[in-house]
Amino acid sequence: MSIPDTIAAPLPEPGPPLPAARRPAPSPARAAWRVARQAGAFIASLALTFLGLTCVTFVIGRFIPADPVLAVVGDRATREVYDKARLDMGLDRSIPEQYFIYLKKVLSGDFGHSVITSQPVLYDLMRFFPATFELATIATIIGVAVGIPAGVAAGANRGRWPDHTIRIVGLFGYSMPVFWLGLVGLFVFYGRLGWVSGPGRLDVFYEDILEPRTGVILIDSALAGEWGIFWNAFGHLILPAAILGYIALAYIARMTRSFMIDQLSQEYVTAALIKGRSFRGVVWGHAFPNILVPLITVIGLAYAGFLEGAVLTETVFAWPGLGRYITQSLFNADMNAVLGGTLVVGAVFIGINLSCDFLYKVADPRLRAP
Amino acid sequence: MSAAPLLEVEALDVAFPGRGRLTHAVRGVSFALGRERLGIVGESGSGKSTTGRAILGLVPWPGMVSAKRLTLGGIDLMALRPHEWLGIRGRRISMVMQDPKYSLNPVVKIGEQIMETYRLHRRGSRREARRRALDMLDAVRIRDPDLVFHRYPHQLSGGMGQRAMIAMMLIAEPDLLIADEPTSALDVTVQNHVLGILDELVAERGMGLIFISHNLTIVSSFCDRVLVMYGGRIVEECAASGLAAARHPYTRALIAAAPSIDRPKAELTTITRDPAWLQ
Repeated sequence: MSIPDTIAAPLPEPGPPLPAARRPAPSPARAAWRVARQAGAFIASLALTFLGLTCVTFVIGRFIPADPVLAVVGDRATREVYDKARLDMGLDRSIPEQYFIYLKKVLSGDFGHSVITSQPVLYDLMRFFPATFELATIATIIGVAVGIPAGVAAGANRGRWPDHTIRIVGLFGYSMPVFWLGLVGLFVFYGRLGWVSGPGRLDVFYEDILEPRTGVILIDSALAGEWGIFWNAFGHLILPAAILGYIALAYIARMTRSFMIDQLSQEYVTAALIKGRSFRGVVWGHAFPNILVPLITVIGLAYAGFLEGAVLTETVFAWPGLGRYITQSLFNADMNAVLGGTLVVGAVFIGINLSCDFLYKVADPRLRAP
Repeated sequence: MSAAPLLEVEALDVAFPGRGRLTHAVRGVSFALGRERLGIVGESGSGKSTTGRAILGLVPWPGMVSAKRLTLGGIDLMALRPHEWLGIRGRRISMVMQDPKYSLNPVVKIGEQIMETYRLHRRGSRREARRRALDMLDAVRIRDPDLVFHRYPHQLSGGMGQRAMIAMMLIAEPDLLIADEPTSALDVTVQNHVLGILDELVAERGMGLIFISHNLTIVSSFCDRVLVMYGGRIVEECAASGLAAARHPYTRALIAAAPSIDRPKAELTTITRDPAWLQ
């Protein structure tokens, strides 16, 4: 048997080097044009999404069974009063016309008055949303700061004790009802140990001292240098934030673990080990940057969920937040308030989505424009 | 070839537990390597890649490695503790993997990945590492090192990616390079080019090379000596030029199975296996 000729063939001369993929450096004018175009596309998509959102809130407002006129004048009003209110509200006009009136009002910040608080809805929202924002932000920070390291540790030690411990702690987190956790937390840390303050955002003693600038008490008090108020607010905030944060943590840790396990089986991880990097170095230096895109999605969704208002937590902790505001308005057919709240929630989701889209590009070069 | 072999492997055995019994991927493999080019050929699952991983101490959990002797330049690799391995991998033994699409980190710039190996093993400033990385890119015949340095892996072709991989694995000047099917994922035209670069660098630096492949043609033209593996064992060892005189029926069947352009066949030859080969 002879060897085929192909085996005996000498190694061919290496061919000419492949041309390096070359792109001419963009001129400043072109670069500026590209940035302008991207910014334009961004603003256009933002405007379109927001327009869609107002359509949705408008349609909800028109087609729910509650009579908006009755909600304003009450069910004992006379026929004349009712008709006059109906005319004043523009309900006799065509639907497109009504929509444009609505849009114009929304754009000028006029959401009408709330029936229950008898304040402009915008004023209410500016009071309730910062409370929710404060709670949601601290809760998400806790969830991220603890959940990510826990998830990475679990994924990197799959099947060993850190993994089991974190799984059990996490399982507890997303299977306990939040109101129960809230009540037990209040009982132990407020009632028995006295480590934290009770329900509400501030002690009565401190209320209405602070001039609201952002509405976020932690920021306002820090800006005013009122550290007494700051620490009081912090004492009130920390328990509900920790409980919401625990739920976020459980979710974030579980997702991080599975993203991590997926990445650690990739070839580039082996390559990094072959280069002589320690396992810990490979986990944080190579695998972790590769889980950022899905992780941003998970964190964004958790944060958006909290910003929508955590009704149960807000109720247990008497927290004057957006969730409770919208729920109470809904029970009282207070449509202006419900629509205003819906618009805020929608805008929050748009904002979070856009931030995520931006962060994806920071995290992964493959998602950047070529 | 120097007097004392660079790498000595004696009775290397790798087993994976599963379903209540041990599956042996590598069974009693022994060979010695000087500063030469050793080819390991065999089909998928013959244990050639696992042998390479065992030499690097990177057999995936729960694999179990045992050997009577596994030494690199007098260092007993079996006795190394985890932190001691960090000074061996990349610095003394390195490995070029199959497909740059998967073996380069997609979110780290090429230059950073090459510099990382250098900075793990050599003292020196970032600037020095950068200069060395650019030199290395030049050595693997990348025409515009400055440009490629700032590129991400997805912006490179397969051939360029593999050359960057070679640069990354050779920058710390290891004594032994394991090339695990380094050209299998590349176009045939690029294959020869990459092999040429590998050949040149290995010769220039006097490294030992273990070239793992299932391609007899490449191995016989590229290596000095060939080991043929089958079912986790070495069934044949011969000089690359003496492959024609191979005695083991499996090797002969492998050679016969390689198609030839000059004598096309209607039907490709397949290998008829004999259970006795595993004894």
